[in-house]
Amino acid sequence: MNYQQYLLPVLLLPLACFLLLGLFGKKYLKNASGVIGTASMLVVTVISVLVAGNYFFADGKIDGVYQHIIAYKYSWLAFSPTMSIDMGAIVDPISMMMIVVVSFISLMVHIFSLGYMKGEERFATYYAYLSLFTFSMLGLVLSSNIFQIYIFWELVGASSFLLIGFYYNKPSAVAASKKAFIVTRFADFGFLIGILVLSFYGGTLDFNTLIQRLTAPQSGEYIAITTASFLGISMLTWGLSLVFIGGAGKSAMFPLHIWLPDAMEGPTPVSALIHAATMVVAGVYLVARLFPVFAIDVSALQVVTWVGAISAFIAAIIACTQTDIKRVLAYSTMSQIGYMMFALGVSRYGGESGLGYTASLFHLFTHAFFKSLLFLGAGVIIHFVHSNDLKDMGGLRKLMPVTHIAFLVACLAIAGVPPFAGFFSKEEILTASFHSNKVIYGIALFTAGLTAFYMFRLYFSIFWRKEPGVHSTHHADGTTSMKIPLIILMICSIGAGFVPFTKMVTSDGVALETHMDILFSLVPITIVMLAIFFAARMYKKENGSADKMAATFGNFYKAATKKFYVDEIYLFVTRKVIFNLIGRPAAWIDRNIIDAFVNGVATATGSISVFIKGWQSGKVQTYALCFFSGIAGLAILFIYLWK
Amino acid sequence: MSTVPLTHILFVSTALFFTGMYGLFTRRNMITILMSVELILNSVNINFVAFNKYLYPQKMEGIFFTIFIITIAAAEAAVAIAIVINLYRTHKSIDVDDATEMKW
Repeated sequence: MNYQQYLLPVLLLPLACFLLLGLFGKKYLKNASGVIGTASMLVVTVISVLVAGNYFFADGKIDGVYQHIIAYKYSWLAFSPTMSIDMGAIVDPISMMMIVVVSFISLMVHIFSLGYMKGEERFATYYAYLSLFTFSMLGLVLSSNIFQIYIFWELVGASSFLLIGFYYNKPSAVAASKKAFIVTRFADFGFLIGILVLSFYGGTLDFNTLIQRLTAPQSGEYIAITTASFLGISMLTWGLSLVFIGGAGKSAMFPLHIWLPDAMEGPTPVSALIHAATMVVAGVYLVARLFPVFAIDVSALQVVTWVGAISAFIAAIIACTQTDIKRVLAYSTMSQIGYMMFALGVSRYGGESGLGYTASLFHLFTHAFFKSLLFLGAGVIIHFVHSNDLKDMGGLRKLMPVTHIAFLVACLAIAGVPPFAGFFSKEEILTASFHSNKVIYGIALFTAGLTAFYMFRLYFSIFWRKEPGVHSTHHADGTTSMKIPLIILMICSIGAGFVPFTKMVTSDGVALETHMDILFSLVPITIVMLAIFFAARMYKKENGSADKMAATFGNFYKAATKKFYVDEIYLFVTRKVIFNLIGRPAAWIDRNIIDAFVNGVATATGSISVFIKGWQSGKVQTYALCFFSGIAGLAILFIYLWK
Repeated sequence: MSTVPLTHILFVSTALFFTGMYGLFTRRNMITILMSVELILNSVNINFVAFNKYLYPQKMEGIFFTIFIITIAAAEAAVAIAIVINLYRTHKSIDVDDATEMKW
């Protein structure tokens, strides 16, 4: 199969759509823009599925090993014959899995937005931004060059910024978009330095070559990067950790997670697409892309493991205390991405030990479906209730039957109840961490319980708790275009777990044989069931037990409600420490030394010119006299003095 | 034919040149300044002719140059008088000291 022929339209169609809608949408295509965007997305999805299907089932495998195929590669900026920034597309199991996820979720969000964003003044602009995002995300997952991925990485950041700040006349949305941009940009700075370190020692920017060189213990590049060290840590660990900082920023890992909850200010379908299913898992994808290199450096993997585990755990605790429906989902996203991260961290390269890698990407795959379903469901609810707060909801199950069932399925899936999608992926993550690190396994198990608890707290608070109030009964489920994606995603959330993922996506491309161990599964299932039971006891009817529970935890509960004061610490560090110790002195030097020098030059020039211009009398004869004296002077000089 | 030495002729042309130069710097009337410029040009003409005759009698370049200079002087006089007339229309005066608006 000629991959180039199929992958170029996948990339260029959304870009063309962005240009079309962005330039002409607002004026000429006001209502048609949604249909145009959705239609182009449908085409992209169909092609993506075809290409991925072909790769996985027809010509991806040689001797049972999935190959890395470079579909096309255009040299763009060549620094030297060996080092260049290329624009290419890599075809391998993870990129194929990702283009399916990205285009499919994007399509669902496009359809959903037809109803959700209807009547919005900047409807066309919204679809233009969605297309831009889809283009950048597809470009990111297909990148064959580490600098190319960086370019698209920044592009998704920019489109995320545009979409979070979509309601630009709302101050909180503007603040949130700036926060998201600055925090991720700050993390990307680490990513850039990481790229420079890796490419300096690796001598290339190309992913395949880089991985090949840095994983061969006898290659010169490997010896150079492992023997060079800074602060007692080898440059390989530095490079990988710095790249991971970039990934952690995009994937909202502790302590760079502060932008994600605020990013919920954007339109809800956007949250479903960018801040749940696709962009925030870019960090996981990045680590997976460089996984062979990570796998030979245990210290870098330790960093990944612990950052992931801590994020998963903290986010789960905070999610139990939040009352804003989208914020609960945001923290839940952060927690699930933490899951994927530590699954990568406990994994090793190849064979049985590579189970964590497969599990992580499997979880990424299933999570995309049920989390975007949760967000879209939340969108329907918010659309109907006109509030984000759990206090304003309750008893909605009869008013919106479709949403209710979809939300329930998604909750069961994320909690990990068999046979829904989340169960299979979570099970593999637990197995992988059980075999490598018992502490991580404990944290994972506890987090799984918390996940089930907060998801069902959400579910019962929204759909049960109160009896239906004065809300009108019709159209509670939203328009048809809002129902269709919910139903499709619901089916996916049920069925995604049965995809033979271990046969398709593995760290070394060789299919992995896994077997379900009923006894092993028993523990997490029991914990999850208990958590659901507790949530039902506390939130199904209003009985004050939730408040009592909160009171038992006292200060800990309060700290969790305040998100463990991470935002306040950031504010303290930036406002008090950085502003006072660095910002103000820098401003003083700027004003009193640098500006003073520049101003001095300007003043001196000005006064000299005022002085000189007095000589310009305007009298022609004076000029002629000067001219003649000059000539006479020169004549004397040349005749008598120039010997 | 009694010959006049070259130095005499050069003396005349130098006197003419400095007379013109003096007029150029001291007169205020534009027409007079123009006449002074003509004097300077003519002193140069005399030099050309004299050197041609005394040093290279078989050649004609000096005389040709003189004819060129007379032609250009005529053109220059036409332009200068046009300027003077225009100046008179705007300033009601042909005194150079009255036209100093464009000093800076």
